[in-house]
This record gives sequence, structure tokens and C-alpha cells, in this order.
Amino acid sequence: MYNFTYHRAGSVDAAAAKLAESGDAKLLAGGMTLLPTMKQRLAQPSDLIDLNEIDGLKGITVSGGTVTIGAMTRHADVAASAEVQQAIPALAKLAGLIGDPAVRNRGTIGGSIANNDPAADYPAAVVGLGATVVTNKREIAGDDFFTGMFETALDEGEIVTAVRFPAPQKAAYFKFPNPASRYAVVGVMVAKTASGVRVAVTGAAPCVFRQSDMERALSGNFSADALSGITQDADGLNEDIHASAEYRANLVVVGAKRAVAEMA
Amino acid sequence: MTGFADFIGGFGDIMTVKVTTTVNGKPVSGDVEPNTLLVEFVRENLGLTGTHVGCDTSQCGACTVHFDGKPVKSCTILAVQAEGHQVVTIEGIGQPGNLHPMQAAFQENHGLQCGFCTPGMIMAGIGIVERNKGTNLSEETIRAELEGNICRCTGYHNIVKSIAAAARGN
Repeated sequence: MYNFTYHRAGSVDAAAAKLAESGDAKLLAGGMTLLPTMKQRLAQPSDLIDLNEIDGLKGITVSGGTVTIGAMTRHADVAASAEVQQAIPALAKLAGLIGDPAVRNRGTIGGSIANNDPAADYPAAVVGLGATVVTNKREIAGDDFFTGMFETALDEGEIVTAVRFPAPQKAAYFKFPNPASRYAVVGVMVAKTASGVRVAVTGAAPCVFRQSDMERALSGNFSADALSGITQDADGLNEDIHASAEYRANLVVVGAKRAVAEMA
Repeated sequence: MTGFADFIGGFGDIMTVKVTTTVNGKPVSGDVEPNTLLVEFVRENLGLTGTHVGCDTSQCGACTVHFDGKPVKSCTILAVQAEGHQVVTIEGIGQPGNLHPMQAAFQENHGLQCGFCTPGMIMAGIGIVERNKGTNLSEETIRAELEGNICRCTGYHNIVKSIAAAARGN
């Protein structure tokens, strides 16, 4: 990888200040995507600002039906958290399906959502559970956070500090992983929440999206049968050597049905 | 120190960084460039060549070490990130004549053929047993949790058998 200047940030404010003053700096969270990208020379940041030593960004708190996860909390810690398993079991399960154990010991929720890989799992949780992304500047509704492939609503110099998940009445996550990379070929989060049914799909399209036909059908009848007549349009879905757009479209329906059936 | 990267598009004035960390219980330090990987530091600066580089793309797990007690891929962590942390490599868990139970189990069950992936398998295997302490570790769990470690010789059968044996304590 190209060389860079390394900075170890002691606080979010220090990281933000360094980010503002450095030419083409990038934040280093778990590094599970950024470092491989740099090794391939697909990224050439002038500076890396390491967030790993900021203790205030780590940890999980559950109170009043809200699960708050610090941006630098590792996937393994979310997966193993008894509190998350109790409040939102689908979220703990999702975290435990990311990558492999060694990757889960480094990768972070903040890094995952800020990168917004089309095949990442966490975007399905943030949108599907109606979470709120907290940054050093503001709060962003999960529905507004992911704006396109590898694009988010984050401004220059804005740093994710936490994600707040309201506990749903029930939720389940279906994932069809690529057997080699473990990225989602398709992932579907279905949640029944106080404000309605939410269905969020990752892996299938360039960016996570809500499947509104399914949400409407499930609002009237929260059962897998309610999804029987629904099809997912393959137009605009991802197509690669692993799966055609039509295959992914079919998986979206299959995945949603299985997620709903799991909750029955 | 001037690295190759400086000549072909890197930033010219990169300073080396001093890293002070603990490897296998001993304090160590060294001057590294920021883009030095932990596995390069361990192998080249410290001469601990038991940790292997297989794919160098965080897929194969041959470079697995324990970072603050947890298995990680040392090809995907910077050496500077080890500052103040505890790193344990395959050399740190046991020695000839005094093997770690996981090493002994691999030996007993012939959990290897060429041996290239073995250091990573053993470090990952210790993590599997740790994470599943107090449960009856199933073959299914072992296979699922080995998904970040690739062996191209054995078909995994004896590796799984070795980890199961180590978990049972025999």
C-alpha cells in the first residue's frame, strides 16, 4: 500500500480537527475494508486517523427499549452481548453473520455503515429497524443515511459516534451469504415496530432499500402467506458472477418470507 | 527510511513511527513505516516467522495472531496499531516439549499436512474453544467458526477433530 501519515486520535474532537486540517485524510475504524482497499492501491489517503484508542466510542447501552451501540464497537461484541440478544435478537444474529470470527473481532458498526458497501449487513439493520445514526454534529434518521453505492449522508469531516436502535416488537434477519466472502448476496431485515412494518433489503441493489410492497402487505397480515403474490422487480438490481439480477430478485422474496416465518 | 512506495507515488516525507508493544509477554519496540503491517513487524522486525502470510487479503487466516487475547488477521492491522496492546503469536503459546493443548491436539490427531495454515488454525482454534467455553462444542460450530481459515490440503476433517479434542481436554 502507498504510505501515509498515521495519527492516533485520543478523542472525537481531536480526530475531527485532524480530519479538517489534513489534505486527503481517512478515518481508520476496524480497517477490515479500508486496509485491504489500500493494499490494492484503490485508495491513497494522505493521512490515516486511527479511532481505535477512543474509549468513548466503544460499548453498548440498553435503556428504555433503545439499544445504543458506540461506533467503534466490534461486531463480535454486538453478537455476544447478552443485552442485545435480549432486546433485539435479530441484531445480535446479524452481527454474528458478518465476515468470519477474526474479522468480527476488528470490524466496527461505525466503519461498516460509513463505508456503505452494497453487500454489507448493518445497513439492513439500520434501515430495517428504523435506527438513528448519531454523529459528532447531528442525528441522521437511518432512512436518510444511505444515499447510494458507498455513499452516505455524512458531510466532509463528520464522524459517526453511535447508532441508536429502537427495539422492535419483533424482527428477523435472513441472509444468503456468498459462500467465499460471506458478504450478503441478499440480506432482508423484517421488523414489526410500533410505527409499522419495515422491510429493508441489502446486497440486492447498489444501496440498501425498503421494500414498500412487502411492508404494505405485511401491515395487513403479518404472515409469510401475505407475501405470496409479491414479486421484486429485477430491474436495477446487482448482477455479477455470483448471482443474476433475477436470482437476487427471487431471493428477496424468499428471504422476506423466511424472515417472517421465523417470527411466527 | 525510504520505502519503495515513496518512489512510485507515495508521499515523500513519511516519517517512521516508533512502536512499543508486548509480544508473547515481552516488551518490544521498533521503528516502522506507517504502512508496515503487524505481520511484517512480527516476522521481519522480530524474526517470529511462525506467523505465515498466505493470501495477504484477510481471507485465509494463516496470519492469525491474538490481539488483546482475541484472534485477528495480522495482515490487516497496522504495526503502529499494536502500540500498548498485547500480541501473542504461535511462538508464544507453547514450546517443543511443552506444547499448548491445542498444539498437542493437532499433533495427536494429525491436524495438518503441509503445515502452512497450521499456526493460523491453532490460533483460531484457541479462539473457538475460548468463545464456546461451557458449551458442548459441536462439529458444526467448529466448522462454522473456522470459516476465516483456509486449508488447501486436508479437507478440514482432522483439523476439526483436533479442535474438538482440545476442547474436550484430551
